[in-house]
Amino acid sequence: MRRVYMDANATTPLLPEVVEAMHPYWMEHFGNASSIHLHGQQARTGVDRARETLAEFFNCHDAEVVFNSGGTEGDNTAIFGLLHPGDHFITTSIEHSAILQTANRMEQKGVETTLIAPQPNGLIDPMDILRAIRPETRLISVMLANNETGVVQPVEAIGKIAADTGVLFHIDAVQGAGKVKFDVRRFGCHLLSISAHKMHGPKGVGAMFVRRGTPVESLLVGGSHERRRRAGTENVAGIVGLGKAAELAMHSLADGTIDRLAALRDRLEAEILRLPGTGVNGGSVPRVANTSNIWFDNLEGEALVIALDLKGVAVSGGSACHSGATEPSHVLMAMGIDKIRARASLRFSLLKTATEADIDYVLEVVPTAVQHVRALSPVEAGTLA
Amino acid sequence: MTEPTTIAVAMSGGVDSSAVAAILARSQDTVVGLTLQLWDQTRLAGKHGIPDAPKAGRCCSLDDVYDARRVAEHLGIPYYIVNQEERFEQDVVRPFVSEYLAGRTPIPCSLCNNHLKFDQLLKTARSIGASRIATGHYAINEYDPARDRWILKRPADTAKDQTYFLFGLTQEQLSRTLFPLGHMTKPEVREVARQHGLALAEKPDSQEICFIPGGDYKRFLTAYLEEQNEAMPATAGELVASSGEVIGHHEGIANFTVGQRKGLGVASPSPLYVLQIDPASHRVTVGADAELATHTLRAGRLNWISISTLTAPMRVKIKIRHRHEPAWATLEPSGSGEVVATFDEPQRAVTPGQSAVFYDGDEVVGGGWII
Repeated sequence: MRRVYMDANATTPLLPEVVEAMHPYWMEHFGNASSIHLHGQQARTGVDRARETLAEFFNCHDAEVVFNSGGTEGDNTAIFGLLHPGDHFITTSIEHSAILQTANRMEQKGVETTLIAPQPNGLIDPMDILRAIRPETRLISVMLANNETGVVQPVEAIGKIAADTGVLFHIDAVQGAGKVKFDVRRFGCHLLSISAHKMHGPKGVGAMFVRRGTPVESLLVGGSHERRRRAGTENVAGIVGLGKAAELAMHSLADGTIDRLAALRDRLEAEILRLPGTGVNGGSVPRVANTSNIWFDNLEGEALVIALDLKGVAVSGGSACHSGATEPSHVLMAMGIDKIRARASLRFSLLKTATEADIDYVLEVVPTAVQHVRALSPVEAGTLA
Repeated sequence: MTEPTTIAVAMSGGVDSSAVAAILARSQDTVVGLTLQLWDQTRLAGKHGIPDAPKAGRCCSLDDVYDARRVAEHLGIPYYIVNQEERFEQDVVRPFVSEYLAGRTPIPCSLCNNHLKFDQLLKTARSIGASRIATGHYAINEYDPARDRWILKRPADTAKDQTYFLFGLTQEQLSRTLFPLGHMTKPEVREVARQHGLALAEKPDSQEICFIPGGDYKRFLTAYLEEQNEAMPATAGELVASSGEVIGHHEGIANFTVGQRKGLGVASPSPLYVLQIDPASHRVTVGADAELATHTLRAGRLNWISISTLTAPMRVKIKIRHRHEPAWATLEPSGSGEVVATFDEPQRAVTPGQSAVFYDGDEVVGGGWII
């Protein structure tokens, strides 16, 4: 059976170049990057080169790049590392749980959070952020691109508001990495978090842009790694892999790959929308090129995800982190979409390596699966009331 | 033989359903594992004395979902969790609570079978491309061409017989359900699990009601109503002897079940049992063990399996609770979709809210809910 993976927003496979770049750092250049000897220097070189690439990727200085374990750590660091009892925090109701649950934890420690809801189209209105700012507001955190709808948020406008009001600004850019060109100066942020595995790098590694002078406290305490901003022996192979993934992502953004991806996504979407009772969530505003969140009336999204998987098409409903507990997507609910439609929504997120043949196969499988799941939805219950 | 189809196995993380998955994974059919997530075991944990950490061996605990997943991984079959918490609360937990509050003694397992396992799960299974579901119930399900009906029968291992909880299955549901353990004994099932190298082969059986950790339904009622911001209805009332004499007072009818001896709160030279609970007057009648015996029962909300409907009196054996030895009776239709059964020998503690299942030899004729 053909298998088409359309869940790139959950994770992506490593590209061969990434695996190749990491390879020497498992057994050959295995040293501890803090050691003085040759082995240490070889490892240090790998980390430094990756740092240089990430600085280019973010458009910042090398010294403003901090390697960590991924998006969740970045989000946690921004909140735990900057907020103190009495501070006020502003974020949005469509953030990843790495932000929302961390904010919850801080509520117990005396940090009040204001959640800004999106407009029905999925966009956050920067004016809503401005109106929420108070004298004690210390931090704003907004995602660059939403993981479920792909909607790209107006971070530049929010960055200006943060600058004008003297509030710190963190961007959770996990879902934007490799899909949107980054420029932390233009974004006007103090902190920005990414994860390697969302852009064809390895899992368990990420990076954070920390603007010089931002008083963020280290989450992990120990050695003086990463200029005392993140203790713990460097995950050298992982960092090298992230560096290579960032380099390849910059090429893809420049060489038309991402535009081609948008065309594939648009074709997939247009064809699926020919089925009756369908529509796009967040389709009327700027989105990242690979994501399409589609609702299918009169069916259980959960059943459609399973039916498609059994036909070789991997997509997701809601967010993968919620598996087991399928609450309707908090993102779609925040956009004012009703529970039933939220449950009947599926996310198709394409890899940048997607082909026309992949789209052909998905378009062959989806209509039949939708028809099948819909046909069985109204089956009557047993005879017992 | 029939051509290979896709079969969905309802996997709870216990030995029985795991053995079913193992048996079917060796067949030429395509097997998909599904686990129903029905109740969040942490939801009422720690409230009103409900244990904090649910023990293993209860469905929907994270441990059991993990066990089910490990079995699926071991067998190399696709596996999915299907969340039906909302339906479970609406169709099983809510009725369970209101039955108790109305002085009856409900059986959530039958409701779960009727509404979740053989309705929702079957529906999900079919919509993902499976033609049938298989479960780890001990029961036999066979098609009889002579009668053109699907027949439900007691299993080989009579000690594990679960037909009592399956009387509500429709012909359509039976035609799409497999009970691969029907001809096996529990030790044989454990042996199958061992042969397949399943780590949970020695896992103990679960006995309790899955959403009531510790088995204390009164604590559950209190904690659930509090969570729902609903007041426990005031159903305190008189405790009366069968002569009609008032011999005490009680705190609420939900604390009682017919046949109950403990916790009556009155002293008596001979043991007293709950004979009757009147939801209207809140009166609870108690008496001697001998007074618990009745000759007849009435049942409604019927489902027929081996016959299409009951039109004339029929000799059957009737089981009135899970651990009851079926007793001979004559069953007669009684207008408005009900039946009346007259037992040959009086039966102890016929309890409204429980089900009455009618047997003809090993076959399940049908069943209904005791009124």
